[in-house]
Amino acid sequence: MTAVPETAYPPAASGVLAGWVNRNGPVLAVFAAIFALWEIAVRALGIPDYILPSPSVIIVKIISAWQLLLVSASVTLQEILLGFGLSVLIAIPLAIAVVYSGIFERVAFPFMVSLQTIPKVALAPILVMWLGYGIMPKVMVAFLISFFPIVINSVIGMRSAEREMIYLVQSMGAGELTTFLKIRLPKALPSIFGGLKVGMGQAVVGATVGEFIAAEHGLGYLQLISQVRLDTPLLFAAVVVLSLLGVLLFHAVAWVERLALPWSRVTTQAAE
Amino acid sequence: MGSQQRAGVPITLHAVTKRYRTALGGEVQALNEIDLSIVAGEFVSIVGPSGCGKSTLLMLVCGLIPPTTGAIRVGDRTVKGAVDNVAIVFQRDVLLDWRTVLGNVLLPVEIKKLDPAIHRAKARELLRSVGLAEFEDKYPGELSGGMRQRVAICRALVQDPGLLLMDEPFGALDALTREQMNLDLQRMWLRDRNTVLFITHSIEEAVLLSDRVVVMSSRPGRIADIVNNDLPRPRGAHTRSEAGFVEHVERIRQHFLALGVLSET
Repeated sequence: MTAVPETAYPPAASGVLAGWVNRNGPVLAVFAAIFALWEIAVRALGIPDYILPSPSVIIVKIISAWQLLLVSASVTLQEILLGFGLSVLIAIPLAIAVVYSGIFERVAFPFMVSLQTIPKVALAPILVMWLGYGIMPKVMVAFLISFFPIVINSVIGMRSAEREMIYLVQSMGAGELTTFLKIRLPKALPSIFGGLKVGMGQAVVGATVGEFIAAEHGLGYLQLISQVRLDTPLLFAAVVVLSLLGVLLFHAVAWVERLALPWSRVTTQAAE
Repeated sequence: MGSQQRAGVPITLHAVTKRYRTALGGEVQALNEIDLSIVAGEFVSIVGPSGCGKSTLLMLVCGLIPPTTGAIRVGDRTVKGAVDNVAIVFQRDVLLDWRTVLGNVLLPVEIKKLDPAIHRAKARELLRSVGLAEFEDKYPGELSGGMRQRVAICRALVQDPGLLLMDEPFGALDALTREQMNLDLQRMWLRDRNTVLFITHSIEEAVLLSDRVVVMSSRPGRIADIVNNDLPRPRGAHTRSEAGFVEHVERIRQHFLALGVLSET
């Protein structure tokens, strides 16, 4: 009888911290490798700062300009959250109307699809003309970009209840409202959250695009003026902060999803 | 023989037909002149080939779809719209993923606004009787197919239904689990004695469980024969090898051979 040598199965790290390392280790290692190569390439090839700053230069810039970046980030964050909030408030009722009214669906869908396909960059100047230079046009662009994915995913989700489920509650005497509240809506939540995650990403893009067109504050605005001044490190710094903001917001939605759907984690774990 | 505090309801179908309009504008005759009388507390199986209208029959009896012609009575009332006092179990367990096992069993209690305290106790007792007491607070995603179907049956029974409609409830389970579920179902029915209308593809299952077996032909579905089955109860695993059992199964199988549903060439 041969015993299996212990080295054949290296012990997996255990514990919460080790679990985090196991999950995120590879990604962090790849990032570190990319930054290292980038740093080395810039120095070795002597690339000037105004074309491609090295990671170390960008980090120094972020630290030195942290107040400016923070203020800009909070402005952009406001625009994103307001635009996204407006999307959710309008998209969900719209989705309910589409699911429950065939006529509404046939009338509203072409409008929504054409709105989605018009580049918002083209709409933004019109919005600025109507709404001025303040926060509103950015909120509107963020809203216009992010609401369609939320509607579509919500509609798909609300239609995903199986026929037998509906029959089941109907046979129990449930009316339309009960069927909606107890079956369609909970069944739709995973899809709705999928739409919210995409929509959040779109809202970030929308707010930034709005700022490119007309702004006096915010991370998008910061990118424009640093480009004009050839302050490329600041440009990159703004982009980095914007990415971090986007990632954070995405994870915020994912966190709310985990709270709202406690069973989905359970299901994926049990799928053996 | 204890007291019958939950007797089932009788069902009558008289000259019932059902036609559907297809998407291409034609018409499909799902059921043709169905006449059937079911006594209160009877366990009746319906066996037939795919597409013969068995599921349509179930939908008609519980009132979720109307007949094209004919009348259906459940209890002492003609069926118009969803029937009260009916519980359905489908082939797919249709449990709600976002509710715990206990929450799923209590769904009809909430919808029908029944007494929560009494029915909560009943729900827990039902789960205990099918061996799922420790799974009350788990989510359906954590359960196997057989366990989920047991939960679906508990959900049906918690309402004290006078009529239990089951549409191939064990069709998606593996053969051994299916045999166990047959025995579990019989045990529960012997205790509650509601009327059961049980649809199945399996001749053996029908003969094991029922008082009568309705043999249906292919579409348009009509009743080819009704086989009386008075094998003594409780029936168990041993029943399958008894002479009377084999005889009934053979008789039904002959029908399907004669109808062309089964073919030996």
